[in-house]
Amino acid sequence: MDFATLASQLFIGLSRGMIFFIVSAGLTLIFGVLRITNFAHGSLYMLGAFIAYSISIFFGQGPNGFWLALLVAPIAVMLISLVIERGLLRFIYNQEHLMQMLLTYSLVLIAGDLVKIIWGTEFKSMNIPTILRGSFNLWGASLPSYNAFLLIVGPIVALGLWLFLSRTHLGKICRATATDREMVDILGIDSTRVFALVFAMGGWLAGLGGALIAPTTTISMGMDANIIIYAFLIVVIGGLGNVWGALISSIIMGVGEALGILFIPGVAIIIPYVIAGVLLIIKPSGLLKSAW
Amino acid sequence: MSANNSSTLKMPQGKFRAYLGLGLSATGILILLAMPTLISQYYVYLLATVFTTALLATSLNLVLGYGGLLHLHHGVFYGVGAYTVAIIMTKTSWPFAVAVVLGPLVAALIALVIGWFCVRLRGLYFGMLTLALGQLVWAIIYRWNALTNGDNGIHAIPVPEFLTSVNSVYYTTLIILCLSLVILYLISKSPFGLTLLATRDNPMRSESLGIHVRRHRLTAFVIAGFFAGLAGVLFVLVERSVAPSLLSWNKSAEILIMCLMGGLTVFMGPTLGAVILVFLSMFVGLYTEYWLLVLGVLLLILVLFLPQGILGYFIKSNDKKGGV
Repeated sequence: MDFATLASQLFIGLSRGMIFFIVSAGLTLIFGVLRITNFAHGSLYMLGAFIAYSISIFFGQGPNGFWLALLVAPIAVMLISLVIERGLLRFIYNQEHLMQMLLTYSLVLIAGDLVKIIWGTEFKSMNIPTILRGSFNLWGASLPSYNAFLLIVGPIVALGLWLFLSRTHLGKICRATATDREMVDILGIDSTRVFALVFAMGGWLAGLGGALIAPTTTISMGMDANIIIYAFLIVVIGGLGNVWGALISSIIMGVGEALGILFIPGVAIIIPYVIAGVLLIIKPSGLLKSAW
Repeated sequence: MSANNSSTLKMPQGKFRAYLGLGLSATGILILLAMPTLISQYYVYLLATVFTTALLATSLNLVLGYGGLLHLHHGVFYGVGAYTVAIIMTKTSWPFAVAVVLGPLVAALIALVIGWFCVRLRGLYFGMLTLALGQLVWAIIYRWNALTNGDNGIHAIPVPEFLTSVNSVYYTTLIILCLSLVILYLISKSPFGLTLLATRDNPMRSESLGIHVRRHRLTAFVIAGFFAGLAGVLFVLVERSVAPSLLSWNKSAEILIMCLMGGLTVFMGPTLGAVILVFLSMFVGLYTEYWLLVLGVLLLILVLFLPQGILGYFIKSNDKKGGV
């Protein structure tokens, strides 16, 4: 095991952690504010990837296609989320966990077949834009440029979320709604509009995650199932509703998975579940303070 | 299913309902016993699948409906039961009876281990830990090629001569289902079952009354695991093959949907849900490949308009709304 292999694997793990973070940050926001367990979050992520693919195909897989896809796909997913929230979710806010969970699961089933109907079942792939292709060398380790790009985007998203939640009026209302919804209502703020905003923002983040992962993987059915269980575990390990907890546990999961692939490739698939299980057993309430 | 209905206050209604239930069940069993002579072999096979699934769903409801625990990965115990039989029958020379006995026992053991950790947590955290540990078991079975044949599953599992015909499988699954339902019903009506309801409706009060909430939950979890493992054994009898998809999260969600569809508060709810879903998936499958789309729309309607389930809607119970 030389340093270069270890470093590049760590690098890949970290950048994968960034994707996990972007997706699970949306999920944890929805958890924290709406108190809804949104299984459809993985489907929104998948939709983000498929929409990004279609946009880039429309522009002939050219370099501009990717950037446009990165801009438009998350917004498209955000609009879809808004429709879901206003059309369905707002009717079940008073139901039990199980019902909310099953409602979002019904969307998983519907979205899965709709994607199959619209895009077909064959695997799809999208080009990495020229400027982010190839890799660069750092202290002898060869690191892929696209992963470096992800490592830049992740912290930008984290910073943006932090600025929004702690520095803007709207962000403060979101946090207040997470802490005490009734109080927010009493103060004359319409909390259901906050819910719509947060759900749309979560959808945007899921779509962004999907658009970002699209060039690095085969875009296929089943993307939703792969990410959603990870995202759920990340959110719970991090502490429900806590964005920073999600960041920490995303990195733990991403790096843990990457090191698993490096050291014990045969059973790497079980690593994230082992990490999640152990963390939940030793720290059942999550690494950081839950918003609940 | 309500604690109130078995109390003396509600006796007339409770008694009438009990007789009605008994009469319906007896008629149902008589009809089912005659079934293989009336319908084609394919439907006999399909009914055997229904019985297996009904047992699985009812076992989940002990934890979900009666225990009020957000158990998200019940398929694991189903799969473990099935895989235990499959592995014993293909890799060892142990007799079939041993495999049949070990199937549910191994499932119960896994349930004990997983449950031991899970009952420490509450609500959503409980659910997430069942999901994490369940996925762990799934991943192990998916990856352990030498033992489980990985992604391909195990096929052509040998079973004794007398269990090779569709009819004999049908009667075996029917008898085991009926016996298990009776046992599960008695458990739900036993002091243990009633205490379990109390821990669901008011865990804190139960605790202060001296009830060991965690131990009751763990016991329910293990019993549910045992019967799910038994359902897994039946699955092997019906299909004579196993695959990792038995333990997939989608399978577990399907079982949850069955419980919800029939009604979490009614003992026979999950059975009704299983009947509907198995038949529906078959009929819809004849017309379209988009069964999941249909299931999704169905589930959506169910959650929005009939959250108490079909039986729950018809049987107005005095019970507090069950489930989680």
